Amino acid sequence: MATDLLRFATAGSVDDGKSTLIGRLLFDSKTIFADQLESVEKVSKDRGNDYTDLALLTDGLRAEREQGITIDVAYRYFATPKRKFIIADTPGHIQYTRNMVTGASTADVALILVDARKGVIEQSRRHTFLATLLGVPHIVVCVNKMDLVDYNEAVFEKIRQDFTDFAARLRIKDLTFIPLSALKGDNVVDRSGNMPWFDGSPLLSHLERLHVASDRNLVDVRFPVQYVIRPHQHEHIDYRGYAGTVASGVMKPGDRVVALPSGLETTIASIETADGPVDEAFPPMAVTVRLTDEIDISRGDMIARPNNTPAAVQDLDAQVCWMDETASLVPGKKYAIKHTTRWARAVVKQINYRVDVNTLHRDEEATELGLNEIGRIQLRITQPLFVDPYQQNPQTGSFILVDESTNRTVAAGMIGGLPHTV
Amino acid sequence: MRTHVLSQLRSLEAESIHIFREVVAEMQRPCLLFSGGKDSIVMLHLASKAFAPARIPFPIMHVDTGLNFPEVLACRDRWVDRLGVQLVVASVQDAIDRGLVRPEPNGSRNRIQTPVLLEAAEKNGFDALFGGGRRDEEKARAKERVFSFRDEFGQWDPKNQRPELWSLYNGRVHQGESIRVFPLSNWTELDIWSYLEAEEIEIPELYLAAEREVVERGGMLYAVNEFTPVRDGETAEVRSVRYRTIGDANLTAAVESTASTLPQIVEEIAAVRLTERGATRGDDKVSEAAMEDRKREGYF
Repeated sequence: MATDLLRFATAGSVDDGKSTLIGRLLFDSKTIFADQLESVEKVSKDRGNDYTDLALLTDGLRAEREQGITIDVAYRYFATPKRKFIIADTPGHIQYTRNMVTGASTADVALILVDARKGVIEQSRRHTFLATLLGVPHIVVCVNKMDLVDYNEAVFEKIRQDFTDFAARLRIKDLTFIPLSALKGDNVVDRSGNMPWFDGSPLLSHLERLHVASDRNLVDVRFPVQYVIRPHQHEHIDYRGYAGTVASGVMKPGDRVVALPSGLETTIASIETADGPVDEAFPPMAVTVRLTDEIDISRGDMIARPNNTPAAVQDLDAQVCWMDETASLVPGKKYAIKHTTRWARAVVKQINYRVDVNTLHRDEEATELGLNEIGRIQLRITQPLFVDPYQQNPQTGSFILVDESTNRTVAAGMIGGLPHTV
Repeated sequence: MRTHVLSQLRSLEAESIHIFREVVAEMQRPCLLFSGGKDSIVMLHLASKAFAPARIPFPIMHVDTGLNFPEVLACRDRWVDRLGVQLVVASVQDAIDRGLVRPEPNGSRNRIQTPVLLEAAEKNGFDALFGGGRRDEEKARAKERVFSFRDEFGQWDPKNQRPELWSLYNGRVHQGESIRVFPLSNWTELDIWSYLEAEEIEIPELYLAAEREVVERGGMLYAVNEFTPVRDGETAEVRSVRYRTIGDANLTAAVESTASTLPQIVEEIAAVRLTERGATRGDDKVSEAAMEDRKREGYF
């Protein structure tokens, strides 16, 4: 009965048939309800379409339709007997980078849509680069609209080859290609009879079977303290527990641990939940850790193992994606920074380069980063942060920058260099 | 060998607990919006888990339209007693009497809840309000953030929302601004029912099928009670029905069902072919954009 959760991000523009693909997944997996379908059928008919436009199922807000814009990431849900799926549906157009970075930050899988008629284009490269930048472990290239190229194997093979050549420059753990037609339903949920030459799985079975458990870091114990529980009730007068979500590693009662920044060592007395104690905790469990010694620990501190600690750094080397349209990132500017459960302040010391997300070219002359631009920067922090390289540990390798006057989240940061070798 | 994989329900539970703790750690004065419906009950249950063995460190607020099912109020009071949580009641009737709001001609008090809610939030100085909204409910919610920024008028501007990456939430606000927080964002209706079943959580008995006196009106079944009496020309009949959602008693319709236990409901929901709002809420049939408008105004 217990099913697990798979989060995937879809990348592509309207023209790639992304909305149709999502509509097809929802429809063929029987997630669409009769009243939703009825409304989509009516609109399709009103517009004079020959077929029910499944793309309408994911149609956005009225504000977007009226203004002809796409505001941002939409989340969709469906489940099969094997898994529950959360789709981060990221739109194309101008704000693409910001949205895709947002959607990919929590994704196990990125679906990259390629139009079979157009082949690998600049946009496909951009999407793939962003997925690898965000450390998405699995990439599925959906070669869509195969019906429009007569389900021709040679077309698919050419795209597969072109894509593989380009992807060799990136660090991709798992890359899969599936020829499909979202409009006709080929290889989305059901195996296509039109492409007998394809011996892989249809998209949904692939997503159902994808092994994602081993993507998590179960080696390095990292427990950012989120909240200290001290009940003000007589029956729990001496209770003190450190509540938080396990970022990585497996913790057990009896383990020796070290609290950072104090560096004091102690032992885990128990790991508790509202349902009682547990004999181990692993990501993404939300638990309360109790320690054998009374040491001073507060929110923002980190619990790790004495022989395996994150780096305590005040100088950060990071890739950032700039997300604010009202101001650019410039050297000398100060921001609030949030890393795990700790807030601090940061000043931009230097911009090393800006990456062209289409060509991967690095511009070392860059003096600022504007909306949707990505670059490598150096930050100086007011107090130590306990970090790991993002590609080893996204939970302790990621941060956000917040503008201190507007309170807007202005950047997403990933600690360490680029994951590719260009 | 241990797989170290959490089931999807436990993953959702962990994510929600993380959100509750984050808000309490960072915001000045949070409050949980409690309607007595199943989603807000799940929220309250999760909040109690997040801070155990301590009590929930914030109050809950009920925007009382004066049109509640009595079973819902009774259930609310049992929850308050059991958890020892502070209850703030914002009364719509009182606001009508004071002239703050006027009921709509059809008797709906849905829309006028908004100013009442916002006034109470301002008066109490709440800078974070937990809401039970789920992104699967309908289109206006699919793009909602977990931390949804509201200006000093409590309004939602879809173009002025903060990017939300990883689980790094930004709850920073200026004086008068606030954050609406949705710990159940990633839950679906089926998840809610499955969790109610797994955790054996108490909900109002209206959710369970029973023989009830109903009238059919506009294709929907309304229970006969003081809020929805039988009109001229209508005939009441007894049918086995349950409520899939619970809103105001004058607007919430029941569905035909024989599912009188949670496991039976889970089974039924898994096979059902209508969205919960489409099936049971007279208020949401008004227009496709109705929800979006209410959201903008700050209702959720």
